[in-house]
Amino acid sequence: MVNSLADPLLRVENLVRRFGGITATDNLSLNVMSGELHAIIGPNGAGKTTLISQLTGQLAPNSGTIHFAGRDVTRQPAYRRSRLGLARSFQTTSLLPDFSAIDNVAIAAQAHDGHSFRFWGNARKEKHLRDAARSALTRVGLEARADVPVSELSHGEQRELELAVALATKPQLLLLDEPMAGLGVTESARMVALLKELRREVTIVLVEHDMEAVFALADRITVLVYGRVIACDRPDAIRNNEEVKRAYLGDQHVVVAHG
Amino acid sequence: MTFPITPRNVVAALVAIGLLLLPLYSHLTGNIFILTLFTRIVIFALAASSLNLIMGYGGMMSFGHAAYLGIGGYAVGILSFEGIGSGFIQWPVALAVSALFALVIGALSLRTRGVYFIMITLAFAQMAYYIVSGMSRYGGDDGLTIYKRSNFDGLIYLSNRVQFYYLCLGCLFGGLYLIWRIINSRFGMVVQGVRSNEQRMQAIGFHANRYRLVCFVIAGTICGLSGALLANNTDFVSPAVMYWTRSGDLMVMVILGGMGSLFGPVIGAIVYLVLEELLSQFTEYWAMIMGPLLLLIVLFARGGIMGLLGRLRLG
Repeated sequence: MVNSLADPLLRVENLVRRFGGITATDNLSLNVMSGELHAIIGPNGAGKTTLISQLTGQLAPNSGTIHFAGRDVTRQPAYRRSRLGLARSFQTTSLLPDFSAIDNVAIAAQAHDGHSFRFWGNARKEKHLRDAARSALTRVGLEARADVPVSELSHGEQRELELAVALATKPQLLLLDEPMAGLGVTESARMVALLKELRREVTIVLVEHDMEAVFALADRITVLVYGRVIACDRPDAIRNNEEVKRAYLGDQHVVVAHG
Repeated sequence: MTFPITPRNVVAALVAIGLLLLPLYSHLTGNIFILTLFTRIVIFALAASSLNLIMGYGGMMSFGHAAYLGIGGYAVGILSFEGIGSGFIQWPVALAVSALFALVIGALSLRTRGVYFIMITLAFAQMAYYIVSGMSRYGGDDGLTIYKRSNFDGLIYLSNRVQFYYLCLGCLFGGLYLIWRIINSRFGMVVQGVRSNEQRMQAIGFHANRYRLVCFVIAGTICGLSGALLANNTDFVSPAVMYWTRSGDLMVMVILGGMGSLFGPVIGAIVYLVLEELLSQFTEYWAMIMGPLLLLIVLFARGGIMGLLGRLRLG
């Protein structure tokens, strides 16, 4: 583990989550430092999404603690963690399908602009919400598609919109659950370029299957197998870690060597 | 704000104008019956619109919405029975009790989703029905006759047929305007967002149920107003008005007219109650004709009548 005087932004200690007889998160500990891009990789069923869901509060752990920005958030509901600056994107796109792209983002900005028990004024005419939404859309390259309903956006555009929604909540920590899932080669490249920019502004935890992307982006990589951390280190060290190769990389070794 | 000229808006505007001019027609032709019928329709249109707020915009399938018709009605009836005839007291009480009931019912029901939510709202409404049926001082099963309509002396006379009609219509238009403001407000965006994807709304920082509950209370309060109007219209209030089939009628009006369309429930209430009136003149088994008709609408016209109009193009 890297020694640092600074406290980690996210500190996970001895997290356990069981589903029936299966331990999806097995005594897992993890530190994410402020400013880093921390990738989490692992074979299918390693418990990556389960972990993310516990971090964001959609799922309660059986035991263990989660500290975010110095606060114990283990028992805090999802909406409160979001208020503290923790944002997520979903593995399977989860947007508001009846809303336009810009409404999806504007409502995220609205969530972090005081309470929403305002019944009279037209929310679509609030300039600062629209501006915030438009700038988040511009960041991900969707400004031209602002008024298109989500159901008419392509899959790639929906993934980008997921990111814009998360950005609009002005997060300190961005949890991205497979942002590259289902993207074509060009779209993936665009997403990597986008993440390269974002990492300068916000701490990111990236769960991703695309090894090329992971090794190109990550400061540190945590490898999960059966809900346990088997390694946590810098990309070059992970690449040469025998246990990781054996447990996980296997055939993809070649791809990694190129990364 | 702009209203584009679409078939939906044209129909809505024509219906609104028709409703405004109806007393004139009634006066010119001497047809009093039509004014009586449409007073009833306008009251139910308001009730259906309030249900539309939670059902169409909020995605909350309440099967107990007629309870507020009864609560609003009994607030007027009981106060009148106890010698308090002023509408300035009766009506605020009707609204307050409806709001309170909605707050309690909502707080409990909104812990559930889907079919459970439908069943629990139904159960609470039935509970209210049986409680009211048991109030022997206020007529129990037989209901309570209201000998004097709410008194708004100097302002408006509810026993005047035309004045009462315009009061009801004013409440309907006012209610629709309120709902229209709400659905476009920050609050309305959140409520519709929660209908669309609750998990997402939680993830971006909204405590979904709080917004749901407030929406539920607003809808219940508006429906309580319909109840107060209805009791004045019939000079009578009975448990039957909150029976579950009444809740079903309101749902049908919303679905028939178009869930989640502002003016849909008004169209739905007109079509449903006019059909009921016409068909029941031919046969007492009018429901046999109404049933299949509804089936056709649900099967082939999702989005109801307003949905159908939305698919039309002008010119």
